[in-house]
Amino acid sequence: MANAAIAAGAAGRPIKYRSMSRDRQWAMRWSYFFLVLFVIFFLTPPLYMFITSLKSSGEISAAKNPWWVYAPTLSNYTELLGQNQYLVFFRNSALVSVCVVIVTMVISVTAAFALARMKFWGSATLATGVFLTYLIPDSLLFIPLFKMFAFVRDTTGIELMNHWWTLIIIYPTLSVPFATWIMIGYFASIPKELDEAALIDGATWMQTLTRIFIPVAMPGIIAATIFSFTVSWAQFLYPLAFTTSTDQLVLPVGIVTTLIKGDVFNWGQIMTGALLGAAPPLIIYAFLMDYYIAGLTAGATKG
Amino acid sequence: MAQVTLRKVIKKYDEVLAVRGVDLDIADKEFIVLVGPSGCGKSTTLRMIAGLEEISGGDIAIGGDVVNDVPPKDRDIAMVFQNYALYPHMNVYENMSFGLKLKRTPRQEIERRVKQAAQILDITELLDRKPKQLSGGQRQRVAMGRAIVRDPKVFLFDEPLSNLDAKLRVQMRTEIKKVHQKVRTTTVYVTHDQVEAMTLADRVVVMNAGLIEQVGSPHDLYHSPNTKFVAGFIGSPAMNFIPCQVEQAAGALRLRLNDKLAMPVPASRTNRYSSVVGKPNLVLGLRPEHIMETRPHTESDQHDFEVPIEVVEPMGMETLVYFTINGTEVCGRINPNAGGVAGQPMKLRADLSNMHLIDDTTGKVL
Amino acid sequence: MADIAAPNATVLAAGSRSGLHKLMQRKSTIAFLMALPLILLIAILVAYPAGYAVYLAMLNKSMSKFVGFGTFEFILKRQAFWDVVYQSCLFAISAVIFKAIIGFVVAHFVHNIPAKGQRKWRGMLLVPWVIPPAMSTLAWLWLFDPSYSAFNWIFAHFGISAVPWLGEAGWARFAVILVNIWAGAPFFMIMYLAALKSVPEQLHEAAAIDGATWWQKIWYVNLPMMRNIIAITALFSLIVTFANFDIVRVLTNGGPLTATQIFATWAFKVGIESGDIPQGAAVSLFMAPILAIAAAFILRNISKRGSEV
Repeated sequence: MANAAIAAGAAGRPIKYRSMSRDRQWAMRWSYFFLVLFVIFFLTPPLYMFITSLKSSGEISAAKNPWWVYAPTLSNYTELLGQNQYLVFFRNSALVSVCVVIVTMVISVTAAFALARMKFWGSATLATGVFLTYLIPDSLLFIPLFKMFAFVRDTTGIELMNHWWTLIIIYPTLSVPFATWIMIGYFASIPKELDEAALIDGATWMQTLTRIFIPVAMPGIIAATIFSFTVSWAQFLYPLAFTTSTDQLVLPVGIVTTLIKGDVFNWGQIMTGALLGAAPPLIIYAFLMDYYIAGLTAGATKG
Repeated sequence: MAQVTLRKVIKKYDEVLAVRGVDLDIADKEFIVLVGPSGCGKSTTLRMIAGLEEISGGDIAIGGDVVNDVPPKDRDIAMVFQNYALYPHMNVYENMSFGLKLKRTPRQEIERRVKQAAQILDITELLDRKPKQLSGGQRQRVAMGRAIVRDPKVFLFDEPLSNLDAKLRVQMRTEIKKVHQKVRTTTVYVTHDQVEAMTLADRVVVMNAGLIEQVGSPHDLYHSPNTKFVAGFIGSPAMNFIPCQVEQAAGALRLRLNDKLAMPVPASRTNRYSSVVGKPNLVLGLRPEHIMETRPHTESDQHDFEVPIEVVEPMGMETLVYFTINGTEVCGRINPNAGGVAGQPMKLRADLSNMHLIDDTTGKVL
Repeated sequence: MADIAAPNATVLAAGSRSGLHKLMQRKSTIAFLMALPLILLIAILVAYPAGYAVYLAMLNKSMSKFVGFGTFEFILKRQAFWDVVYQSCLFAISAVIFKAIIGFVVAHFVHNIPAKGQRKWRGMLLVPWVIPPAMSTLAWLWLFDPSYSAFNWIFAHFGISAVPWLGEAGWARFAVILVNIWAGAPFFMIMYLAALKSVPEQLHEAAAIDGATWWQKIWYVNLPMMRNIIAITALFSLIVTFANFDIVRVLTNGGPLTATQIFATWAFKVGIESGDIPQGAAVSLFMAPILAIAAAFILRNISKRGSEV
């Protein structure tokens, strides 16, 4: 708005000022030019996925222009979706992600409320600890977890290895810390008087959380939900290390390990599988972009 | 309906004493205002009455029952917060009924009470709106409505008007007074604004540094403050404090402000001030309205003097003039038509019948 | 539940003066209970494994004997390890630098255009961040395909000979860095854009009145105002890039030979695929010091932010 006002003001004035608005216009044109370049860079891989997914294997191996589809076909899609295996991957991924989201939100919302509002001995340290936990990468933990699973099997007889539901137990280590961090930020921004008002109104802590804080912090909850879903959906290392049978695989690992058979790459199907696998987060993103971004920036801006 | 009693109430944060022993008796249906500068402990006192802060010592009783250990919801109080603390996701009706709903009050009863409160506050047509859709004044009314609906023993207000702009604040002030006249409930109201305190209160409690300085009606506080703090805090523009000495002069007392300027002390006060003759660290307290332009007719205890005016501030119905006596800036309040030009000397009149003499070492008014 | 009942009982015994006090105490008990699942999760599945990794790394290969720092010493003598250190640092540092530059520049471009259109552009620019990296890296793998590379097809039209994208050490490293930048730059862009929007417009106006050029405004106003976010984002991305697994695993799996092997992929290869858990644990533990340093800086920056507000 400020820009528009300045530009309008400049236009009505004598020639002296016109150069300023012209500068502004040039800056804008250059911005658009470079934005187009960057968008091309950023969108090439997904576009190329889409282009390839519409090609038959014959067209893919022909020495034609790879950037153009000469004979579009949906055969990759029908083949893949007609195949039980791919649907199993999809189902496993969906089940794992949905369960992880539920577990994550229950743990992180209650914990964030306790940390942000109720304060107990060591709560400040714990809040810092939560953030540090978020910085511990999966690649540091998969080996001891691998060994721990073996230990659990040896002592209790429960086999955690090679089951998709094991992922529901370990994915929260990736999603809970950041989700808690987001929620602490949102809860902390709710004025203190609101819980005091609820206290005087006779609400218990649980009622304050469920009737006041959760509805008020809904944008944060949506952002944290999206975040945990995306993390679970995209996680690659843990399922690669902990699951092997094809009926236990989740999408990313399933596509990489089963569609790539030795040196034979069925690129049409791989790209279709990858594109379909990327679809759920992309669709959520398309509809809830603002929440998505809010969650992304919350960690650093609300800290 | 209830009286509130505070006995030697103390609040300690770690090792810092925020409230250092407050004794206060609030009568049933009384409108009490706690006023003082920020950090004086007035909000803490209110929050201890509400039960939002634990008390570190002493007793608080509401309606004769000691409530030291009673959680806020069982104290039968209602509170209006500075930022209103309306639940943003609930509409006005839900905001007002939330407390009753938690208490499992029957639906019809809730509806009756909300409607009634809405009528008192003239917000009936806003009941479906969300707080976001309301103006500041409307939010303020809803916050009060939420308190009224509970029909509590005590209303607590924590600086409820400080988020409003000046014009609305005056309007809402009247509104609060009207509501109190309709719903005669014991009210404790905290503010840092002495005008609000004066206009609203049956009795004003002036607090400073965790202690009560003085309790009294607005009139008492204004005209006979006990301490220099109260004298300076109540009234705007603030009372002038001019260093002075009391001299013996032929059977009467004389107030010496500087080498050239001295005025006789009113005869009625001779006895009161005779003990401080010649003592150092005395201060003359005189409100700006008791320094005015000269008039042809002189009453007793009024004395004219001439000073160079430094700053002139026309306010419309009056003009403030500033000058220096004895190294202290002094403000006078003159008729706008009486002239008064910055940089030029002017004849002014001091009305010593309303003077205060303060011992600056103890801060007590003599 | 048993240990919660106990403190309550003692409070009750303390006498009548404790009702509100009890309430406050119960408050912290409830709070602790509410945080308990989080504490357990972190303790069992993060803190314990982290400590366990140290123990594992001190066992011999068959995990029958405690060998202290023997495994670490052994790894330190391997040339492959130093290659991994070099490659991990090279990838992380160069990728983060380019991500930061691209993010900063693109954020300014987006900020420059009218507010109406910003949402749309921002939406398109963030797509790489949304696609699961394992999936998008597959697309890059296909784009880099030795015989059908779509890039080489374009190059061929300009008379440039085919680039061995993943077949030659130098190019493979370049490819890994490129994909890292592609996937990570949008995050920087969105963070910097948020920071940019929080720079008060008055500061730009004041700078304009003081005669600052476009460039000077960025240098003297935007950069200092965004310094904290820039630092936090970069450190954060450094951790993520340094510990990254997905991209290298899918794109090159460490090859050709070991030219693109990094900590995470090497630890996976040694620990899981070759079954030498102690050595795998030791390899991944070598990441810890660098991660700890970055984390310490992040914490410092965040608490500094806190005290500024």
